[in-house]
Amino acid sequence: MNIIVCIKQVPNTTDVRIDPVTNTLIRDGVESVINPFDNYAIEEAVRLKERMGGKVTALTMGPPQAEKALREAIGLGCDEGILVSDRKFAGSDTWATSYTLACAIKKIGDFDVILCGKQASDGDTAQVGPGISAHLDIPQVTYVKKITEISDKAATVERMTEEGYDVVETPLPCLFTVVKEINTPRMPSLKGMMRAKSAKPLIWTAGDLGADPSALGLDGSPTRVVKIFTPEARKGGEMISGPTADVARELVELLKGEVI
Amino acid sequence: MASIRILLDKCTGCTLCVKACPFGAIHMADRKAVIDMAKCTLCGACAAACRFSAIELKKAGGPKKDLSAYKDVWVFCEQKKGVIQSISFELLGEGRKLADKLGVKLCAVLLGSGMGDAAGKLGERGADKVYLVDHPSLNSYQDDPYTEVLVKLAEEYRPEVILCGATTIGRSLVSRVAIKIDAGLTADCTELDIDLKERLLLQTRPAFGGNIMATIITPNHRPQMATVRHKVMNEAPLQSGRLAEIISKAYPGEIFASRTRLLNIVEEIGATVNISEADAIVAGGRGMGGKENFSMLEELARVLGGAVGASRSAVDADWIPYSHQVGQTGKTVVPKLYIACGISGQIQHLIGMQSSKIIVAINKDPDAPIFKVATYGIVGDAGEIVPALTREFQRALKKRE
Repeated sequence: MNIIVCIKQVPNTTDVRIDPVTNTLIRDGVESVINPFDNYAIEEAVRLKERMGGKVTALTMGPPQAEKALREAIGLGCDEGILVSDRKFAGSDTWATSYTLACAIKKIGDFDVILCGKQASDGDTAQVGPGISAHLDIPQVTYVKKITEISDKAATVERMTEEGYDVVETPLPCLFTVVKEINTPRMPSLKGMMRAKSAKPLIWTAGDLGADPSALGLDGSPTRVVKIFTPEARKGGEMISGPTADVARELVELLKGEVI
Repeated sequence: MASIRILLDKCTGCTLCVKACPFGAIHMADRKAVIDMAKCTLCGACAAACRFSAIELKKAGGPKKDLSAYKDVWVFCEQKKGVIQSISFELLGEGRKLADKLGVKLCAVLLGSGMGDAAGKLGERGADKVYLVDHPSLNSYQDDPYTEVLVKLAEEYRPEVILCGATTIGRSLVSRVAIKIDAGLTADCTELDIDLKERLLLQTRPAFGGNIMATIITPNHRPQMATVRHKVMNEAPLQSGRLAEIISKAYPGEIFASRTRLLNIVEEIGATVNISEADAIVAGGRGMGGKENFSMLEELARVLGGAVGASRSAVDADWIPYSHQVGQTGKTVVPKLYIACGISGQIQHLIGMQSSKIIVAINKDPDAPIFKVATYGIVGDAGEIVPALTREFQRALKKRE
């Protein structure tokens, strides 16, 4: 079974701080990590390989330093890493990003399952996974919380909904986006870390993909940012103290008219 | 190919762009801005921030289609088991405002099976027209037929705006549709407006976990598509007897084919309410001390007619299922009231709830970060305070009756 896992390198949210004077993001010293949801996709890809045999290819689009994310993925059990990187991709919105990744997947050629995290922690759009499957014209199941059955030709999965879950059967190849509930990612093994160190991820440029240049980067992106601003920071409010019964009464009094 | 450059004669060295760049790609040299191309992603934040038009962001090509042929504001109305979901009424409320600004019709799009009566009622929520596609294969959401039908409708009737809920269904559906019809799509908008001069939809959304807000446009593509978060917009008021024109569309059978097959729909939530729809959420964290203490949260949620939420650590400890998790790796919620009990308030949790209207924090640790975002804070043991609150709310509600 050939499995492709699409990942993104994002700034580590625990490091994100707001400059209290300028009210802007402080990015200095912010570590780059694999998008939290993608760790579940990587783990599921490796588990599928362990169950079915085959190969896991980790794929990412980003600047040259995103190679580090691929090395980490290899450390976690992926066999190969491919970095799609070119100045021509700069300014990509989710349309152009999913097009570029779909072109890279077509170049990889043989695949049965594509796994993506449900969304990335920096953009939070959840649009790139479905976008890839639309460009490739393959079926998709989003918000997958369990792969219950899988063969070379088909899979049965559980898709998380607001009320519970749907049980969905799909032919392969298929793209799945996964939620946290699907597994508990393992830590990298010592052997994995050694492999990650010596691994040489492939680097593909726009020319390697045979993509339509007008569909790449900012030119290929229907959307454009026109304004960026920092929302007014939420300020801590009133502290209520005293004996429990008094505190409860006071709070309910304050909330009256607002919520009850 | 797209490019960006600083117009040196216009740059005043004010450093606004340096502060605006989310990627740390701009620095000053000789009192002029310099862009580090290795870091720049052409996101345009600097050009948007510059007050002197000193940053030129060039994009190749103009519109590929005749934009003036696209009219009307569409709202995709989500239904489950034949019941139109409340998010659809919120979108109709917002869509009505946008359609009025643009001077066009507000149209509801309804896909399902046996939805004729429900379609007829959408006029009462402000729709001028309802596009109804009724077919047994559309009974429950499936990606393939829903995508194909919405693509077909959009190609035939050419709306200038399509709004959809940022729900499990909505996010899966319109992400596919936008690719197929070559449209721009902006996720999770919290504010929408119209630039009447250019007839552009101004789509404002949080990014970087709500630490910055971005306004996004779709200049050269139509339709302009956006998903909108639950509970952010107000529901369209009910206007009894108001009628909409129903356009019932039939399509040949192949459009309804689905490669995936829905085998079963399992509802787990039972007694509790779906947290993304709840007006009040009582959430527990590590400080609750154990699974057994979550029953007091359920009790308070029940009295408030709300739902129970949880921090990641409570979910990871198996005190409550993942579907209740609020935060970065869980759900983003915007209730009117969020009561955080024994939750310290790590940034990953705050991302998921800091837009709530009122936040009440109960925590033993007076230095817990949750107090920095709380409207009302109580330092103390949630195990004692929550039951007292439940009693007080019960009393207050009883009095009102």
